[in-house]
Amino acid sequence: MTGILGGLIGSYAAATTAYDSIATTTVGSGGTSTITFSSIPQTYTHLQIRAIAREKAGSGSLYNGLFATFNSDTGSNYAGHFLRGSGSAAAAGGGGTQTSMTFGGIEQGDNTASTFGANVIDVLDYANTSKYKTVRTLFGYDANGSGYIVFASDLWQSTSAVTSITLTPANGFAQYSSFALYGIKGA
Amino acid sequence: MAAGSTYTPIATNTLSSAASSVTFSSISGAYTDLVVVCNAGVTASGGYTLAMQLNGDTGNNYSGTRLSGNGTTAASYRASNLNYYFAGLNMPDTLTTNVIFHLMNYSNTTTYKTALIRMNDVGVGTAAMACLWRNTAAITSINLSAEVGATTLLAGSTFTLYGIAAA
Repeated sequence: MTGILGGLIGSYAAATTAYDSIATTTVGSGGTSTITFSSIPQTYTHLQIRAIAREKAGSGSLYNGLFATFNSDTGSNYAGHFLRGSGSAAAAGGGGTQTSMTFGGIEQGDNTASTFGANVIDVLDYANTSKYKTVRTLFGYDANGSGYIVFASDLWQSTSAVTSITLTPANGFAQYSSFALYGIKGA
Repeated sequence: MAAGSTYTPIATNTLSSAASSVTFSSISGAYTDLVVVCNAGVTASGGYTLAMQLNGDTGNNYSGTRLSGNGTTAASYRASNLNYYFAGLNMPDTLTTNVIFHLMNYSNTTTYKTALIRMNDVGVGTAAMACLWRNTAAITSINLSAEVGATTLLAGSTFTLYGIAAA
């Protein structure tokens, strides 16, 4: 359709469906060390990953990085920043020249049983071949006495289209961790 | 990879008059996540957040961790053993509070249920929350109120429930 202000802002077309489910992985008995989404279709504008997750083992740190790479790139081509709340204080941090992203984090395996952290991860303009790729994440968990809520931003310093996403937390994924990949269309 | 259209509107409730609560019931288990988008205010401001109870559970089985900013200071807060999910900061008596609840993997019957919540109000501040319901049951009903009837929700408040189905 053409908008009333079409002469000023141009025409726009109504998209039929804007948000598609692409793939899902749920971790089975025994857990797993890595989850990979590969052969990601290039027909969307943005990607979103929605997850509940927990590490298979604990490390005494309440939560850890949900270490992630694009297109199997393990070079020092990533950077990130975060703003988080621990339940008692707000804090911020970050770093450059990293070999992976953190996607906010993942609840570690020593926390209260049956609690799983959650992530909503947006990979923006992932198929564009002219700019570096930016990711924003909202991650959090609460275990009735401990918890974190985290805003995170990650950068992949590559102009390549994102065709695969690999997630490798330090202590593996616990059973029932589940990751769903969605594609968001532009008009 | 299979692809399928999702992010489906399930129900909307717009209050024609002030009410103590809004309920979405008989929620299908056909989705993976639920998203509840709210614009609300309260009739008596001064200390009430939007509150969510699940499956009629009024016990002290909820908790949450909050990060917030009020334009001057960033802060964090935790509440344990509550009888509801608390959604950020207190609401004023105007329809300016926006809250989005993400109820993650709501229909599984194995894990406790985690919600990620975003809240903002131009006169109050902005906040994000991670909340826990210590129950492995699938979520089949949602009740929204101003701290479980502490005051009433303003006429004109809107609440929309969406379902997101994974492949």
